[in-house]
Amino acid sequence: MTGSPLSEIDRPNSYIGRSVPRPNARRLVAGRGAYVDDLRLPRMAHVAFLRSPHAHARILAIHAEEARRAPGVIRVVTGRELAAHCTPWVGVLHHLKGLKSAPQHAMAVDRACWQGEPVCAVVARSRAEAEDAAALIRVDWEELPAVTDMETALDPATPVIHPDLGDNLAFRREHVGGDPDAAFADPEAVVVEATFHTGRHTGVCLEGRSILADWNPAEERLTVYQSTQAPHMMQTVFARHLGLREGQVRVVCKDVGGSYGIKVHVYPDEVATAALSKMLGRPVKFVADRIEGMVSDIHARDHRLRARAAVRRDGTLLAMEVDDLTGIGPYSVYPRTSAVEGNQVVNLCGGPYVLKGYRAKTTVVFQNKTPTCQYRAVGHPIATAVTEGLVDLAAEAIGMDPAEIRRRNLIPDDAYPCTSLSGMRFEALSHHKCLARLLEMMDYERLRAEQAELRKHGIHRGIGLACFIELTNPSPFMYGIGGARISAMDGATVRLDPDGSLAVASGVTEQGQGTEAILAQIAATAVGVPVERVRVVTGDTEVTPYGGGTWASRGAGIGGEAMLQAGLALKEGILAVAGAMLQARPETLDIRGGVVVDRASGAERLPLEELGRVVYFRGDTLPRDLPRELVATRHWTPKEYPFCFTNGAQASYLEVDVETGFVRLLGHWCVEDCGTVINPMLVEEQIRGGVVQGIGGALFEHCVYSPEGQLLSGSLADYLVPMSGEMPDIHVGHVETPTRESALGAKGAGEAGTAGAPAAVQNAINDALRPFGARVLAQPFTPARILAALGRI
Amino acid sequence: MDRFVAIRLTVNGEPVEARVDARLHLVDFLREQLDLTGSHVGCEHGVCGACTIRVNGEIVRGCLMLAAQCDGAEVWTIEGLTETGEIAALQEAFVARNALQCGFCTPGMLVAAAELLRREPRPSRERIRDWLGGNYCRCTGYHAIVDAVEQAAAALHGAPAE
Repeated sequence: MTGSPLSEIDRPNSYIGRSVPRPNARRLVAGRGAYVDDLRLPRMAHVAFLRSPHAHARILAIHAEEARRAPGVIRVVTGRELAAHCTPWVGVLHHLKGLKSAPQHAMAVDRACWQGEPVCAVVARSRAEAEDAAALIRVDWEELPAVTDMETALDPATPVIHPDLGDNLAFRREHVGGDPDAAFADPEAVVVEATFHTGRHTGVCLEGRSILADWNPAEERLTVYQSTQAPHMMQTVFARHLGLREGQVRVVCKDVGGSYGIKVHVYPDEVATAALSKMLGRPVKFVADRIEGMVSDIHARDHRLRARAAVRRDGTLLAMEVDDLTGIGPYSVYPRTSAVEGNQVVNLCGGPYVLKGYRAKTTVVFQNKTPTCQYRAVGHPIATAVTEGLVDLAAEAIGMDPAEIRRRNLIPDDAYPCTSLSGMRFEALSHHKCLARLLEMMDYERLRAEQAELRKHGIHRGIGLACFIELTNPSPFMYGIGGARISAMDGATVRLDPDGSLAVASGVTEQGQGTEAILAQIAATAVGVPVERVRVVTGDTEVTPYGGGTWASRGAGIGGEAMLQAGLALKEGILAVAGAMLQARPETLDIRGGVVVDRASGAERLPLEELGRVVYFRGDTLPRDLPRELVATRHWTPKEYPFCFTNGAQASYLEVDVETGFVRLLGHWCVEDCGTVINPMLVEEQIRGGVVQGIGGALFEHCVYSPEGQLLSGSLADYLVPMSGEMPDIHVGHVETPTRESALGAKGAGEAGTAGAPAAVQNAINDALRPFGARVLAQPFTPARILAALGRI
Repeated sequence: MDRFVAIRLTVNGEPVEARVDARLHLVDFLREQLDLTGSHVGCEHGVCGACTIRVNGEIVRGCLMLAAQCDGAEVWTIEGLTETGEIAALQEAFVARNALQCGFCTPGMLVAAAELLRREPRPSRERIRDWLGGNYCRCTGYHAIVDAVEQAAAALHGAPAE
């Protein structure tokens, strides 16, 4: 690789930066997707799980005789029986110092620790028969006190969920940067403080978690078709806990019906399904239905944060302090752990701003609720809601416009590289460019004027801004250094076939983001072929290069760079052959539109299909010692920075009905910087989808528990998700600051929308409520909470 | 009472005879017995719209109707509507506008959108949002779906009236 960073992607006929449609979309609109539940194998059986109805209870006995005799039943397996075939796990990472958790089994053995924990499995000919039989199982339970309130989880009077751990504390971290005490003591400082809550919510992938495990005793191989984001990680997990070598396990990931971080974790029922297939020697399928998904998919964002900020009257922000408390359920989720979200809050708060002092603490406690773990934009929406909430409180306290206080305090665009007070290293961000673009797109001044005018008529609108940083392209510093076998590296293979088309494979995966589309664009650009002639394979541990999969916005930045390098390597190989065939020096040639051309004149010299024909079928006509490698594989992993941080800004414009507490979203804007934009149309839909997920958490979504630990919002009639009617048009703008770490320059884009939307909505609602002296800081901002803040209920 | 019910119906224009469990949902019948896996099961309680199909000219939720209710019915799913070309303009627009990501909601979304365009040739963005308000999409943020339905309406019926 030579030349300036952009030279290889900024060539004639480049597909980088073009909104080409996704190659797999045509199949999906025709109903020809292949999601796990669409797959059928000979002798396939179905498993249904009996789940704990209690938040915390001892299993005294399981009476399954009747279930065993029920029609269609193949096997009933208790947790204790399964434990002989499947080892437990502990969700800790060494670099999260002090993080502890208890061994977790695929099914509860003696005790269930949350409502929904799998207790007993019924394998039958059909799912309906399995469910019928599961209903016949009787369990003798001894109910135990449930720990549900995270505020009292560490009180001496509260029972300890795992007595071997000593207490209910999973993890605690405090970080101090600069001199917060001096900053808060500044004689000119105005101090604002508030308590924020983010509501526990979950991913609600439209396709439930799904797995079809097929143990073939004759081959001693396990093939797992799974709806997952990380096939290679799952290969390791199945091997490790079922007593196999990794090479005995193949994980195939066809179409995935939404994931957003939900499908990157190890789920007890999924591991149990694989173990059951091994026990029975036949394929076993499990698809989580909606109700069981609500109690068994990971939850997230159950946080209470006490926070304060110091600001001078001239608008200079001095310091921020955040004290975060989060409840994660009874186990830290394997293998990524449930401490990462709180840890991210510590890392990310205050991130966009120049501060003199910063102190942040997270306390992560166990409770008897569904386990929580990483969900889209891990920690970002929490940190941004707190940071941007504080900035608006500071602006209000000193009487400054919210846009102005941000302009005065955002890290200057020419200050990079730099390190935040939380220790995050920023290569190059563009806060001021993004904010300026945002204000221009939304016509901030006009909206302010409109807001003031409508106030006179009793219409209460609000404008909310949110600037944010976004962690993408993680290096081994995210998980690998903690001991998890989660790859931060990905490989790509590019092969020229005899017809001049490319077959490419990658370790990153597709869950609808458009991974396969951008990989095709990059390969087509690197080699110089029409994008229609590229076929992409992802999601199969047997045929793709090793890799981490798609999560933490790493697909384009890491998988894409590997593909670029592989494509360039293949091109070099092709041009070496072409040079011999054309009696020209390879460096005088190029490939454009699938044809080898003269680099200087562009004159067509040799179609790739002719080159392919000669190499594959008439190699006798080529010089004897000419290398003829038409396959290239390259790998890439970030090395310079632990994470590739990027940034953006969002705005919400909305109206609050002060009589009903209802919020009507009128418009939403997001300007983000994901470095090199490979496909603007795909990035824009990523951003919009992320924004709506963020809005969901801000306005609607809430896993509500009773004091006994019963989930009260377990159906989509009780747990509200954003639908099209309530959502606004979302306007997206791009600023491009490519990372210099890679030739492609791509940073991630998947978290940006979710990172900033709740803060923007929160600030807009409070902007609308300001004349009433009312304020809401506990998500979701439901009509009831808004009316309560207004003192009307 | 017999647990099984004999039904005769047409599915995507083809005659079908079956004996179905009385409790079997229509969408499960289509998926499990006829291998029409294009209709998806998202919530099984009538909220998400992933199983939207057309029965006797009306769009219904395949999880809220029993197969046993379909004796004599005419059923159309995404597979049949694709083959006849009836929803081709919408499918083109969905691809062109990237109005889908994971694609799980898409068949139901297309069947619902087709019904809207059959009734109202030039719906406004607000009307499209309202009409599709019973079809959950977690990926796109809905904006591109609204764009695509608008684009398909324009392709079929010309630009919207101002």
